[in-house]
Amino acid sequence: MITSSYSPSGWRHRLRRGRASGRLSAVLLLLPPALILFSLFVILPLADAAYYSLFDWNGYAAPSDFVGAQNYQRLLGHSIFHTALWNTAQLVIVSLLVQLPLALGLALLIYRKTPTNALFRLVFFLPYILAEVAAGLIWSFVFDGEYGVTAQLFHALDMESVYILAERQWAFAAIMTVIVWKYFGFHMMIYIAALQGVPKDLVEAARLEGAGPWQIARHVQVPMIKHAIVVSVFFALIGSLQIFDIIIPLTNGGPSNSTHTIVTYLYTFGLTRLKIGFGSAAAIFLFVIAMLIAFFYQRHTTAKEGT
Amino acid sequence: MLSHPRKTLMIVSVATLLGSAQSAMADTTIRVMRVEISQVEKDYYAEIAREFEKSHPGVTIELDYLSNEAYKSKLPTLLQSDQRPDIFYSWGGEALKEKVEAGFVKDLTAAMQDGWQARFPDSAIDAFTIDGKIYGAPLYVTEVGLWTNTALTEKAGVDVDAIDTWQDFLDAVTTLKKAGVTPIVVGAKDGWPMHFYWGSLATRLAGQQGFKTAKAGEGEGFAAPPFVQAGEKLKQLADLEPFQPGFMATTYERASGMFGDGKAAFHLMGDWDYLPSKQRSVSGEGVPDEDLRFISFPSVEGGQGNEATFGGLNGWAVTHDAPEMAVTFLKSLLSLENQREAAKRGIFVPIVKGAEKALATPYGRKVARDIEQASYHQIFLDHDLGVSVGATVNDISTDIAQGVTSPQEAAERVEEAWQFR
Repeated sequence: MITSSYSPSGWRHRLRRGRASGRLSAVLLLLPPALILFSLFVILPLADAAYYSLFDWNGYAAPSDFVGAQNYQRLLGHSIFHTALWNTAQLVIVSLLVQLPLALGLALLIYRKTPTNALFRLVFFLPYILAEVAAGLIWSFVFDGEYGVTAQLFHALDMESVYILAERQWAFAAIMTVIVWKYFGFHMMIYIAALQGVPKDLVEAARLEGAGPWQIARHVQVPMIKHAIVVSVFFALIGSLQIFDIIIPLTNGGPSNSTHTIVTYLYTFGLTRLKIGFGSAAAIFLFVIAMLIAFFYQRHTTAKEGT
Repeated sequence: MLSHPRKTLMIVSVATLLGSAQSAMADTTIRVMRVEISQVEKDYYAEIAREFEKSHPGVTIELDYLSNEAYKSKLPTLLQSDQRPDIFYSWGGEALKEKVEAGFVKDLTAAMQDGWQARFPDSAIDAFTIDGKIYGAPLYVTEVGLWTNTALTEKAGVDVDAIDTWQDFLDAVTTLKKAGVTPIVVGAKDGWPMHFYWGSLATRLAGQQGFKTAKAGEGEGFAAPPFVQAGEKLKQLADLEPFQPGFMATTYERASGMFGDGKAAFHLMGDWDYLPSKQRSVSGEGVPDEDLRFISFPSVEGGQGNEATFGGLNGWAVTHDAPEMAVTFLKSLLSLENQREAAKRGIFVPIVKGAEKALATPYGRKVARDIEQASYHQIFLDHDLGVSVGATVNDISTDIAQGVTSPQEAAERVEEAWQFR
């Protein structure tokens, strides 16, 4: 997009034009506050974290015990960190392959403005409004093997109750269920807004040509809301990387550290154990992953828009 | 970050301070910070503070409480700011050592002379001694033991008095299981309740000397045989499947309530669980006192620490630039009368010698007796070895209980954490 206008003459021309229209003064006036805030609250802490990650530091006094890349070495060699990475990857996969299709399907069913649809929209959107910690707590009661809904279900079927959150092989599946439940409504809303923007005559025309609802969705509506899908994919990716406050009330990373994501890992092994240097190394690692995703996403989408 | 009400409060208090400074002598405010506690204990401190303010005009005592987790994570930052408290609640061991090494803690060695030190047993002073200097004053002691529901053990035909060794305990568990009674509740989701098993076993097996050697890094450190054996013994227990179903999803609070409801025969927990367990039970009454016993952790054959106790030792530390009055207040807070009062109200098991006679319950008196007779009091491993190693011990204990790690590997993980602490 921008690359085309980067020839020197074009730049000078733009500058001249900008000065004439007073745009330059607007830039000079409005950019510094944002820039200062950004450097103060984003760049600076980031640089700090990168600096701390080279120290063995417990948060007391100033960091003095320089250890070089040791924190990174330990991080990459830590089996629980591998689990956390894999769990985060699983979250990404489930978000993209389960959550988004579910949201899209529901959006296609209820995007028209009718009273019933409004009710459904409200119900599906409700989980997203709930605070994460509250949602985590509610679900921890649902999964409770003693008094929870699942327990009653098992009892009704005359089966031995299962303590889902205590089982290493099921706990993370349970967490993923909660996360899909919590966020599909958000993506659904994005799609609904986009679907309502699709010109009605296009859909009408397709119908007159004899296309069924599935074909209309597949060949008219989904291509028309591609931009919304691209945005929601980005939200889903970044959101999966940041999952934290749902896991803490549900399992707190357990049983035996099998349900950590990168963020709960850095919280548990960095902050609560007062290994600030080590935690910073994990944070830098997470930042690099997020950067890479943002970079490839940007490249991918701009490349597509260019063609 | 300061919230607005706090800010206003500060401005107001600074303003009043300035105002009164002109009229009277310089006022002293002593800020005390403690982990969140029951209302009964808060009232107790408030009364002491009021008494002290009355006898020392111009002195104001401010009592602040933070929840347990918030306290642990906020304290490092607080200590570095000028909002730091003058007196703060502290555990002994590595946790205190970190703060001492960073220069935040006042050396109380000199102040401890003139008879103050003599109030406390040596083992209690030891826990707050770092490199020969005393950096804290003990407040109370806790012991971990088996809370036992004798109604259930009798029903299953287990003689509680005959439980002496680890093998006896394992046999009791087997008998209870056969009788259809859940032998043990444990709040393993929180990690630390399970660490009580590994920690108690390691204390029995390694003893004071074993821990000293491991901490000094001699030999195999925490990968040495006693610590591996602690894991093996825990595995023996876990293999019997003695815990309530879903124990990995149970918190301490839930487990404590379950024991109060009579859901299991044993609950390995600190003596402090006496009232909480009753309050958390459905009836609010818990296990009636005539069915409730608090028995010592079983001994282990060939162990070096069968005479030792395992538990907590909690006290106070003073920050480096606190006013002298803070030490004076601390001395008065830890007086025999105040400690006796706490014992009488059943708030905690006091540490000052002679105060334990006022203890109201037989459980408290047993703890006081155990501590007095013990050769050594091993404090909780997260306090003794630091948060990071402590958290690793929590992890390996639950891992062994679930059978996902071997005792050998577990001990090696503790040693690794100790080296990287």
